[in-house]
Amino acid sequence: MKEFFLGRLNRDSLPHDVFMIGGSISIIAMVLLAVAILTRTKRWKWLWNEWLTSVDPKKIGIMYFLVAGFMLLRGGVDAIMIWLQQSLSVGNSHGYLSADHFQQIFTAHGNIMVFFVAMGFIFGLINYIVPLQIGARDLASPFLNTLGFWLYVGGVIMVNMFFLFGGEYAATGWLAVQPLSGAAFSPGVGVDYWIWSLQISGIGTTLGAINFIMTILKMRAPGMTLWKMPLFTWGSLFSMLMAVSVFPLLTATLFLTFFDRYFGAHFFTATGGGDPMMYTNLIWMWGHPEVYILMLPAFGIFSEVVSTFSRKPIASYTSNVLGMAGVSALALSVWLHHFFTMGASADVNAFFGVITLVIAIPTAVLFFTWIATMHRGLIRFDTPMLWFLGFVAIFTIGGVSGLVLAFPPADFQLHNSLFLVAHFHSNVIGGVLFGIFCGISYWFPKITGLKLNERIGRNAFWFWIVGFCMSFIPMYILGMMGATRRMDHYDTPTGWQPFFIIMLLGGIVIAIGAALQIVQILATFIQKKRLRDTTGDPWDGRTLEWATASAPPFYNFTVIPQITTRDAFLEIKHKGPQEPIYEDIVIPKNTGAGIYISAFAFLVGFGFVWHINWLAVVSIIGIIVVFVVRAFNEETEYVLTAAEVKILEKVRVAKALVYEQESKATADEEDMSVWDFAKYLYAFALDVMRNKKWKSW
Amino acid sequence: MKTKNKQKLSLAKTLLIMSGAFTAFGIGIAVLLRGKNIAVLNSKGLIASEQRSLIIFAAVMVLSIAVPTVVILYFMAWKYRESSHTSTYHPEENHGKGFNLFIWTLPTAFMLFLALILVPVTHKLQPNKAIAAGVQPITIQVMALRWKWLFIYPDQRIATVNYVQIPKGVPVVFDLTADEAPMSSFWVPNLGGQLYAMTGHINRLNLVADELGDYQGRSAEINGAGFSGMKFTAKVRSEADFQSWVKDTQRSPDILDKAAYEDLVKPSKDNQATSYSAVDNTLYAKAVMKYMGSHGSAMTEHEGSH
Repeated sequence: MKEFFLGRLNRDSLPHDVFMIGGSISIIAMVLLAVAILTRTKRWKWLWNEWLTSVDPKKIGIMYFLVAGFMLLRGGVDAIMIWLQQSLSVGNSHGYLSADHFQQIFTAHGNIMVFFVAMGFIFGLINYIVPLQIGARDLASPFLNTLGFWLYVGGVIMVNMFFLFGGEYAATGWLAVQPLSGAAFSPGVGVDYWIWSLQISGIGTTLGAINFIMTILKMRAPGMTLWKMPLFTWGSLFSMLMAVSVFPLLTATLFLTFFDRYFGAHFFTATGGGDPMMYTNLIWMWGHPEVYILMLPAFGIFSEVVSTFSRKPIASYTSNVLGMAGVSALALSVWLHHFFTMGASADVNAFFGVITLVIAIPTAVLFFTWIATMHRGLIRFDTPMLWFLGFVAIFTIGGVSGLVLAFPPADFQLHNSLFLVAHFHSNVIGGVLFGIFCGISYWFPKITGLKLNERIGRNAFWFWIVGFCMSFIPMYILGMMGATRRMDHYDTPTGWQPFFIIMLLGGIVIAIGAALQIVQILATFIQKKRLRDTTGDPWDGRTLEWATASAPPFYNFTVIPQITTRDAFLEIKHKGPQEPIYEDIVIPKNTGAGIYISAFAFLVGFGFVWHINWLAVVSIIGIIVVFVVRAFNEETEYVLTAAEVKILEKVRVAKALVYEQESKATADEEDMSVWDFAKYLYAFALDVMRNKKWKSW
Repeated sequence: MKTKNKQKLSLAKTLLIMSGAFTAFGIGIAVLLRGKNIAVLNSKGLIASEQRSLIIFAAVMVLSIAVPTVVILYFMAWKYRESSHTSTYHPEENHGKGFNLFIWTLPTAFMLFLALILVPVTHKLQPNKAIAAGVQPITIQVMALRWKWLFIYPDQRIATVNYVQIPKGVPVVFDLTADEAPMSSFWVPNLGGQLYAMTGHINRLNLVADELGDYQGRSAEINGAGFSGMKFTAKVRSEADFQSWVKDTQRSPDILDKAAYEDLVKPSKDNQATSYSAVDNTLYAKAVMKYMGSHGSAMTEHEGSH
């Protein structure tokens, strides 16, 4: 009976390891704190109506940023724990983690950083910026968007579930290679958590991708032909096309893995006629394009930033777009270079090696268009541009090592070594993460109406660069010394320990950089009067997102602009302001259906993880019911009349005037430094203590 | 968006600090590397040295185009910076057909050149290709078990665990497979690169050692809790020493029959190096065949466990 209701869940599965309990306690404490604050300030209703059920892509974008930012810290703690173990565990010492626990940590680190940090930020940026760039008021399907976001959140919770309900996480590496992740070698629930965390968020990605393809193809402002689209929109379109091509493959592969583990099927098992090599192929057919799904929007961001900060249109727009098209097409056909060492024939290896070289061609073209864009420009070096320049150096290091790895015989000596790990971290941190930071610092004024504190932003940038070099240059060397990835222990005579320690120190420098970025955002809000962007166009922008106010009204544009050229907003600026003609605007209504479906999807996963079959079945029915009810709801929109828009605009203009006064009054001040921030914090704390301010909270 | 930073560093100062820091870092790394085995570059065999040459060649080639590109990009950023001068600013600059032709053909030509090297070298260094040395190669059957390496010398009827003795200058044919273990990867960086050991498959890796010595090998592919301890020593000895070692080992009291093998197959971590005599030469083939049969014959005890 107990087994029927609780499946395999029992008291023994609860967390008992000291680090697990630490994780559990901190997560529970954070949730309780959030609940307390919301209850005390009576914000539950506001949270539900204004945020959680919102279908506004701008609000969903911000929620993506918050979740992804939080996960970046979580994955960063994992990274430091990995390096700490490797710094300590040499010779007779075995460090502070068991092998199994260590393996769970690097698996979680990989999954969290790729799925829940990089994907979260990229989807956040696409959500916020693409509709603005194409002059749309909303997405093709606002409901799919909220559903996609909440499925992503479901995945995030699932990946952290073992902290609360115990068990373990997968100890298999981020792609859960077979047959290691089969039931025979991994009988625990770790791989099941892995399956359902990726499955739920992956389906969300597929839905999101369909939505954005439809939006970009069908909802552009009048006059904006495909060849007039901004480059970030192009990058996002290619990225989403790739996502639609490969994420269903992930979904299918995960289902087959689930059948193997749950029903004892033999798709990927070593025995019973299964084929683990098939799994390796399938997972990389998705896994390789996945990193390019992250990279293409980042390429788009860099193109926008280089163009804006050089005050020139992008050089050879067509080549740039075709470059991105080439990268995304070729990225679908290089997956085998992840396992040259599995024993394929020389012809097969050579084919995939050559395609890997070929993918460098369109990438090089992108670099050349950026160089030509800067040529005879008038270049400003605000933080977005700094992140671009940092990207150039680090991504190139990753690219060079990647091309060395493209030679199969060279790969035989470097595969699975820390050289490989350093290679893809160069590309993912230098390319994707710096692209995200570049994009966030570029669009932060648009999103919040505040220009970011430049001073602390620069400090953070240098900490990231120095920390990166300290961490990953030794990692390349360790790989050459024969250190493989994922080792929880090694021998003293190898002489590897000093390099692991330098890597750990580099990790701490990066952590300081990340902390400074949080300080940067806080300092920006402290000086918000001074840093307000009252124009909507802080960088002398060229594309449509700068044509509307910062932050934009929930309907994005008061008047949908008519487009005739590529740098659409530049043209609007040249023409000068025009008297707006207000019109009725159709606005989608908020809906909780996305949350309900995701909650049920989460319970399906949770039920299958712990073999609680009734829960899974009931939840599947729940999903269907909510979906049907939602599908029959025909009142999903309301109309904002022209008169209402006019009033809203008047309010906005009045507010902007006040802001402008404030910002003029503080124009002589400077951006706060870290030291100023510390002093401010100290004075604030003192003020709270002395005047017992908490009583009024 | 000018921020009035009081202590804005000049470019010269920034470059000076950066190059100073890099030099110091480089010297520190060099000191730490003194006397250490940079295995991939420190090749002790024909295959490893060919792979090393390829790695160095590829890196130099790619750097020869990547470094100028990055330098030009940074030079552009510096040359056309806002604070320098405005007379060169040319926002309407038009990049014509010639420019487009150039940016596509240059990398295409370069990658074509690299591809022309990649294809033959991939065939030349294909792991299962026999090494021509004029000497009869020695065959060693390698089995990845949880979590140890078993080396069977079928012709000598001896076996070793977690170390492998090979004669200098004699090509070695490693026939890799696995039993009751997830995919593992066989790697001795000083002797040459890596190939997967998988159940139901025989992956053939040809290596040869040119210098006497002890070289570390390990599983490079994650395969469970004992992964880090799954390492072995490749001992390269002279032909004469090798032969006497074989004779000694053939007298070893430990024999590798079915029972001893079944003990070995059980999961265990950090195994000591051991050797066996009187090896049952059907063990290897049986272990491979076990996974190749159709559904019924390939059943193992794991089947019932989930």
